[in-house]
Formats: sequence, C-alpha cells, structure tokens
Amino acid sequence: MIDEQDLVETIEVERYELNEEPAYNFTFDRRDFIKAFGLGIVFIIPAARVLAQQRDQGESGSGGGRNQLPADIDAWIHIDEKGEVTAFTGKVEVGQNARTSLTQAIADELHVPVPSVHLVMGDTDLTPFDMGTFGSLSTPRMAPQLRKAAAAAREMLIAMAAEQLKIEPADLRIVNAQFLNHDKSKTLTLAEVAKGRKLVKVIPDNIAITQPKDWTVAGKSLVKVDGKEVVTGKHRYTSDIKRDRMLFGKVVRPAAFNATLVSSDSKAAEAMPGVKVVTDGNFIGVVAPDQETATKAANAIAVDWKSPGQPSNAELFDLLRKPTNTGGRGGGSRPQGSIADGLAAADKKLEQTYTVAYIAHAPLEPRAAVAEWNGDKLTVWTGTQRPFGVRSELAEAFHVSEDKVRVIVPDTGSGYGGKHTGEYAVEAARLAKAAGKPVKLVWTREEEFTWGYFRPAGVIDIKSGVKNDGAITAWEFHNYNSGASGIQIKYEIPNNDIRFHQASSPLRQGSYRGLAASANHFARESHIDELANELKMDPLEFRLKNIKDERLRDVLQAAAKSFGWGKTKPSGGRGFGIACGFEKGGYVATCAEIAIQPPSTNEDKANKRVSVVRVVASFECGAVVNPLHLKNQIEGAVVMAIGGALFESIDFANGKILNPHFANYRVPRFSDMPSIEVIVLDRKDIPSAGAGETPIVGLAPAVANAIFNATGVRLRSLPLAPRGISS
Amino acid sequence: MAKVTSLNVNGKKLPVDVDSTVSLLSVLRNDLDLTGSKYGCGEGQCGACTVLIDGQPMRSCITQVGRASGKLVTTIEGLEKDGKLHPLQEAFIKADAMQCAYCTSGMIMSASALLAKTPKPTREEIIRGMNGNICRCGTYQRIVEAIQIAASTQVSTLQHAGRAGTKDQEVTK
Repeated sequence: MIDEQDLVETIEVERYELNEEPAYNFTFDRRDFIKAFGLGIVFIIPAARVLAQQRDQGESGSGGGRNQLPADIDAWIHIDEKGEVTAFTGKVEVGQNARTSLTQAIADELHVPVPSVHLVMGDTDLTPFDMGTFGSLSTPRMAPQLRKAAAAAREMLIAMAAEQLKIEPADLRIVNAQFLNHDKSKTLTLAEVAKGRKLVKVIPDNIAITQPKDWTVAGKSLVKVDGKEVVTGKHRYTSDIKRDRMLFGKVVRPAAFNATLVSSDSKAAEAMPGVKVVTDGNFIGVVAPDQETATKAANAIAVDWKSPGQPSNAELFDLLRKPTNTGGRGGGSRPQGSIADGLAAADKKLEQTYTVAYIAHAPLEPRAAVAEWNGDKLTVWTGTQRPFGVRSELAEAFHVSEDKVRVIVPDTGSGYGGKHTGEYAVEAARLAKAAGKPVKLVWTREEEFTWGYFRPAGVIDIKSGVKNDGAITAWEFHNYNSGASGIQIKYEIPNNDIRFHQASSPLRQGSYRGLAASANHFARESHIDELANELKMDPLEFRLKNIKDERLRDVLQAAAKSFGWGKTKPSGGRGFGIACGFEKGGYVATCAEIAIQPPSTNEDKANKRVSVVRVVASFECGAVVNPLHLKNQIEGAVVMAIGGALFESIDFANGKILNPHFANYRVPRFSDMPSIEVIVLDRKDIPSAGAGETPIVGLAPAVANAIFNATGVRLRSLPLAPRGISS
Repeated sequence: MAKVTSLNVNGKKLPVDVDSTVSLLSVLRNDLDLTGSKYGCGEGQCGACTVLIDGQPMRSCITQVGRASGKLVTTIEGLEKDGKLHPLQEAFIKADAMQCAYCTSGMIMSASALLAKTPKPTREEIIRGMNGNICRCGTYQRIVEAIQIAASTQVSTLQHAGRAGTKDQEVTK
C-alpha cells in the first residue's frame, strides 16, 4: 500500500519537477573507456543504490565480469598521464556553483591541488546518466559519490605507487598530488603513477570518506573555479556557440496559448535571400544566414491562428479552487488527531485564505540551443537542468534512439527550475534538420516570458485554533494547485490535517526555486504571525513555544539575536517581521525590516511604497562545503525572493501574457536591495544538504509580517504590494 | 542602405561589412565573435550587453552599429591588458560578485564607466549608477562590494581606462 507521504512525494516529483523515469541503456564497457580517454586511469563510481546492494549482499564491488561494468553509474574520474584529474558528472552548473563545490570534494579526498581537478558536466555522450540538477541534490547526493570515488582512487593509487617504489602501501601517503614515504626518501608524482597505464577500476563500496571535521579543501571558502573565464567574457554560454555554416532560427509563435494553425502564407519570407521556412503541424519557423533576417522573415509570414477563449488573472483563484477534472489525486500528510476536537479545545480560532500569483523565472540567459545533425546523429548544445531528459525529448521528437542524440550543457546563465524542459532544443533541431546545417535558436526575452512555464499560482486556506497560553491546538491546511513542497509543519500541533489539491492551471507551470515551499511558508508563517497577534504574544516567543525541533530553534534564535529582535522597536513608518522554515534538509529563519515611504512621483499617488531595508537570514544545512558560496546563495535567494514577495506577478488574459518584458515585469534591481546579513550555522556533525533553494522561503512571510507590524494591515496575497499599499 | 565597413573595437580597427541599422551587439557577437557582451532582453532593460562607446556606457542591443562607426568601442574582452586583469575583473572574482555570471560582462562594463566618471563612488552612487543592470541571481550586495574594492585600487583602474592624469582622479593606494 502506498503511504500518503509517499504519494505527496510522487506527486511533487512527477508534476513539479517535470520528471520522468530513468529510461536508459548504458552500454559502455572497459574498452570504450580506454578508447574515450586514452592512457591513464579511470575510476568508475557505481550508482549509490548499486553500492548499497553490494553492501547488502556482501559483495566486494568488483563490477562483475572482465569487461562488464555496472549498468548504473553515478560518475567517473579520469587521471591522465600528466596527473590532471577529470571527473565526469551529469550534473550541470547553472550558477549554484556546483562546479566549484564538487571540485572541492574531489580535491579534498584525492589530496590534489584544486587547479588540477577538472569537471566535465552535463554532456550525455561523456557523462553518466543523471536525472537532473534540481531539488538541491548535487551536494547531498553527488558530492558523497564523488568523494567515495576519489577516496577509493586515492587508496588504489597509493597501492600502485607503493608497488612502483617497492615499498609497503602503509608507508605511503599522498600530499598535494605527490606520494611520499615516511621520511620523504621515496617520492612519486601522480603523473608518474598514471603514466603508461591503461586501467579501468570500479570503486568498492567499503571505502570511508573524510568527515567534515577533517576536511581541508572543502569547508573553506573558494571563489568560483572558472571565475577568470567569466569576468573576461571568455566563457561560452549556449548562445555564444558558433558552428561552421551555422544559420539562425526563429519560431513563429501562435497568437495565444492553445492556438491551432489555420493557414499561413510565407511567400514573402521565402523570397528573402537565404531564408527557408519550415512548417510542420502547428510549428512554423524560419532559418536565415543572420538573426536580423530570420526575425524579418518570421514577421513577414502571415498566419491565421484559431485560439479558444481562456481565463485571465481576475478569475484565477476561483478557478484553482475548483476540483480538478483531470482525475488528480489529493495529497498531504496523514491527518493527526481531530480538527474538530482541536478547535473545540481552542480559546481563539482563525480562518484565513492566502494566495500566490504566477511568477516567471526570468533567467538572464534566455532559453537557447544550437543544433547540428551529422547524418542521423544529432548534437545539441543547450542550457538545461536536465540534459538526459532533453535527450529523451529529442529522441522522441525525431524518432531516433537516444544513442543518436548528444546533449551538451555549457555552464548556463541560470535556471531557478525554469530550464527543465527541452522545447527550444527540439525547435532548434527541427530547424537544423530542415536546413541541413547547424542552427542557433535564442529565445527573445518576450518568448522567454511567454513560452516557458511559470511558478504555480495557488490558493491556501488555513483554519486554526490556539489556547490563550500560546499552544496551537488545531491546524487545517489546504493548498490548491501550488504544490506540496514545504507543506509539512515543524510546529507541535496535536490535531492537524494538511492537504494539497491539484487543480487545472490555466497557464503552463513547473519547477521554480524551492517549488511550493515559498507559497506554503508564506501562508503558514503569515498565519502563525496572525495567531501570535490574536494572543498579543511576541511572534518569536510564540514560535518557540510551539517548536521543539532544535535545529529550527537554533536558526530562529540566531537570526533574532543578530537582528536585535525584541531589543528595539521599529521607528515610525518601519516594521519588523520574522519567519522560519524547513525544506530539503535546510533550516532557515528570516528577520526583515521594512519601510513605508511616501509615494514616488511616477507611481500611483494614492499609494505608499514598501521597501525592504534590512534582512537577517540564518541558515543551517549541515556541514558547510563552501562558506563563501553558501553566503552568496543565501543573499541571492533573499534578493530574488523580494521580487516574488513585493511585486512580481504574471498578468495574463485570453491565452496571452500581458507583461512579457522587463519594462513591465519588474524584477529586483540594485535599488531594491536591503542590507543583508547572513548567519551560517555550520553543523559538521550533520551531512551537507543543498542550499540553492530553501533560503528563499522565509523572506515573503517575514516581509508580510513586517508590513503588518508597521501598518496594522495584513496582506495575504503575493505579491504583497505591486503598486504600493493604499494610504 | 548605408554600410559600415570597419569598427574600432578594443583598440583594433576591424573590418566588417554590415548595414548601419544592425545592432552593435549583433555585429560584436556574430561578425566579430566577441561574445562576452550578452543578449539579455534586446530592449535596453537589463544591461547584459553594455559596452563603452567613447567611454560612455551604451546598451549595444539597442544601439545601431552606425552610431559606433568612427568611435572607440570597448567590450569586456578589451579590459584585460597584457595578461593582467582589470581591477574590476579582479574585484569581481575576489568579492564572488556573480553566480551564473551571465550579467557579469555588462556589470563590469557599466561599473568601469561609473568609476571613470566617479572614481570614489558612495554606495548610493553605485546603486544609482548600476540600477539599469539586472543580476537575476541577486548578487547586488557583492557587486557593490566589488566596485568598492576596485575603486580603492583606482589608480590602476584609470590607467586601464586610459584616463589617468586629471587631478581629482589621483588617489593614493
């Protein structure tokens, strides 16, 4: 029987990570590795679950027959004859700095200098299958695997070096890529050990990895390993890639979502020099020798689209409350106790509704792809968080097997969960197929705002009861559409019923940094503040009274202390707010100070402006891998969250996005930046969790609570103040 | 249609053959393979494409190449001199003032124009001067810090920009 908790997770993954079953057939054998890498030593890391099976079955992890390798591989590490170390992983770099943190893990374990470690990431021909870079999993899942590999490699290399030196392995250690015996009378470099070798080794499972307290490279701040490449403009993002004979593509977009093509006239476009028009079902696109011509040609095509009437913002929340007609399942945790009993025991009861709008990821690098066919083999460079998922999409779209498709992901201009799907790769490949030449397709900003997908909008109803002494007795929570992430509570409430309900979304929706944890934390932490206010209790004290979890208490107290919570009162026009939360192994607490300012001349004169002036965020995600990058992620999450909290919102009507430009979809800028203080609690005794997502969840409720503190006005819809707040 | 046949970019006169109405960004990226300047919006709203034209920061995505003809264009690729990074480039690395780094070229070019005009900017002046550049990853606090670091090594900054010498720009390290 499926546990309801499992159900929540299944739904979350299926629907909001746009996920799929890992369907692949891994065919590399030892000879392939030798062919691919040439001389040196390759260490293969079987998938975590394969290693676990070996452990259970008491196997040594030899990897089967002579040429047979485990079918499930997480990563591999190659050491070439110069002693350079290259690790291959299907994870990708989208600004979360996994390239740096994974490099640290390998250097740490292998005892080699950071500059000699290289990472090949997200190349489906070179790296093992990986489901995708999402869910803050690179640090908790991939880093330990690479560590295991590097640790095993280190021990095997020591054995090889000892044999070369004709001494006992026990007398040898490796320091800074050099093997040394006890009195340093015998030494060998890593290069000297790898030289002339042609080895493929499968790492065993019974290998100990270095514990955080003993880390030497990890656990310390390290700047971006390819920082010089990016500050000089040399790093090539997808949109910077150039291929011989490459053409530029442009897709003719439908007039509205769900439109079907009635007719088109492309004579004028086809008459343009070098232009080719491609029509295939509902798809119309052009290729041309340069981008300007491609755009001109696409604009010259007269198209008649037929589109159905579609809802707008105004109807959104009523629509989301309607039960889904697609047979969706409900979700949430198993209810505990009885809501009726909990409410009966309460001194005060509260019932409120919270809403969140659709928002856009708006990655600064719009979705882009370069596609090239060589015979029936397709290569696509594209910025995606799911290279193997996009490979499947391409294989399916063009009816070829997956081994005919190679997806290469250059380090990408961010994603935030927005680059999970591969429609732009498919579009580029379709155009390239018709053109018989490589094609580059870069979505315009307007296309990026319109034809991707959005963070789900949602409606959340909460019914609660509380005793006068501050004990929460009942918690009934219904989330419609936005998702189940972060829906669980860390408050000790004996009677609770927490549910997620699927709905039919009028817009295409999908993953967004933190998924629904932002919506669920906004509703929960706002409501908690409302309960505290009902009791005239301090919001921090009220939270601490109902939270037992030590890790959550620690971040709350750390943030409150640095913020000076309870020590000072906000001055006129200012307000203080606090919120806390837990998701994906990370604990966060956020304190915010907001200022209510007079209307600016160019805004609605009746409305006062809200700005976030100071934020203290504390975060704990186990052992810290790179304090510098962790702080950077937390600061970035705070800034990004300001947009969703105060002003970001997709306006739509009748299948059209009404604000698909930075001029009318406002994102946080320098002038929106508060002073941000980040407190990182380093727990070397707890395995590291990812940190790219969870720090985002505390800001919106902290700001809503601060606005209430300043004005007495409770705002329950995100964004809170897109046009300021009425005077 | 008027043609542009050469452009002075990063101190070099480079032959091109483009209509004068094409965007400077397109010519830099597609004709001259200088891809450090990025397309972020094509509407002059995000600053990822910022270059200097005669020292002035310009959004190359909405600047016709004809307007750069006969002028000195500086792109991110032109800041490194003799293998030595520009102080802003050094400072961006040091302050970790980036995540995905897609905005970084434009940030550095805007910042170099800001420092040329205001060698010792206050935090408010930096915010005002940089507000046209978007970092969606939200590293603004670090970018401010990087600009402050670069400003403190200003003498070399100005030498890089070829504008050293006037009195108010002389600062001791």
